[in-house]
Amino acid sequence: MRLVILGCGRVGSMLAALMTREGHDVTIIDTNPSAFRRLPSGFSGNTVVGTGIDQECLQRSGIEQADGFVAVTNGDNRNIMAAQMARHVFHVPKVIARIYDPIRAQAYQELGIDTLCSTAIGSGVLQDYFLGRPFRSIEQYIGLCDLIARSVHGGQTEREGEGA
Amino acid sequence: MYVFVVGGGKVGYFLSQVLVEEGHEVLVLEKDPARYDLISPDLGDVVMLGDGCELRTLHEAGMERADVVVAVTGDDEDNLVVCQMAKSHFKVKRTVARVNNPKNEAIFKQLGVDDTINSTRIIFSLLQQEVDVGELVPLSPLRRGDIEVVEAELTSDSPALNRAIRDIRLPGDTVVAAIIRNDQILLPSGTTELLEGDEVIALTRPPHALSLRELLTGAKAPSK
Repeated sequence: MRLVILGCGRVGSMLAALMTREGHDVTIIDTNPSAFRRLPSGFSGNTVVGTGIDQECLQRSGIEQADGFVAVTNGDNRNIMAAQMARHVFHVPKVIARIYDPIRAQAYQELGIDTLCSTAIGSGVLQDYFLGRPFRSIEQYIGLCDLIARSVHGGQTEREGEGA
Repeated sequence: MYVFVVGGGKVGYFLSQVLVEEGHEVLVLEKDPARYDLISPDLGDVVMLGDGCELRTLHEAGMERADVVVAVTGDDEDNLVVCQMAKSHFKVKRTVARVNNPKNEAIFKQLGVDDTINSTRIIFSLLQQEVDVGELVPLSPLRRGDIEVVEAELTSDSPALNRAIRDIRLPGDTVVAAIIRNDQILLPSGTTELLEGDEVIALTRPPHALSLRELLTGAKAPSK
């Protein structure tokens, strides 16, 4: 498949490495050219320097021909905006945004943007690890976002349930 | 009216001052503590420290009561998310976003923001009003932007010269609203003839702008 990755951080660069190893066509975008040092030596994909919330930059990455787009910069809102551009402007078939904030992840999931909340997955996995429970499915971990979002809407205070 | 402003930079700061003077209820959300400290002596209770992209903060600040949400931070992605949250979660009727990158204006509208303010375009059209002769000058987009108020000076090359408005073929959805002739404003009727040097003010839709320009100024659309 042809995949465009926005953000060459740890996740972006590792995903790029995994996908190219299996022969997929990868283009990775980052505002900072030195971020590409995280890519494996002899990386066979393309690199584009620029911001992912600019139409021209996305076009340069070949997004119009892409089968998939993933936004993994460290800014939740940038990921949200880029994913919506990929989806609604460039009509990429498979689009997902990594969002740290579980509440925003839930909100955009409801708006029809696939979101990967690494916060929910990470904390859910850790909970199962400590309680000696079998691990749940990704969907169940992502469903934890809903739990957090509800507690906000229920008017509970920020500190409740966090436990020191 | 309760106006909820996100971003206490220069735009948010001056905007909220004006709104307060006009007697509106205003809340400004600013996430940078240093900036907050700078503007809170002037704005007092009107400004609150918090991240306008955090749903929790928006709840505490009472966004659901807002009549209008205005997002004027320096980051387009933040302005977009604030407006989308306001619409989807707080059912705010009207959202206005500042667009820093002019290319994002259309995308914001597509993604549900009601109105956008693009300072680059505003300054550009003000400059055009000063420098362009024989051009169609965009004076102002009307609400939602699909109708524009434009102005052009009738040149001697115009196919509409010395003809009555009812006899010229205006592009679809175009209305001649006013004519400025010898510093007087005329409200035209169908029988009003257009004379050289008339400043014609019209309402039109953007797709018709080029053919309207050709009609008034005789200038052919530039071939791309």
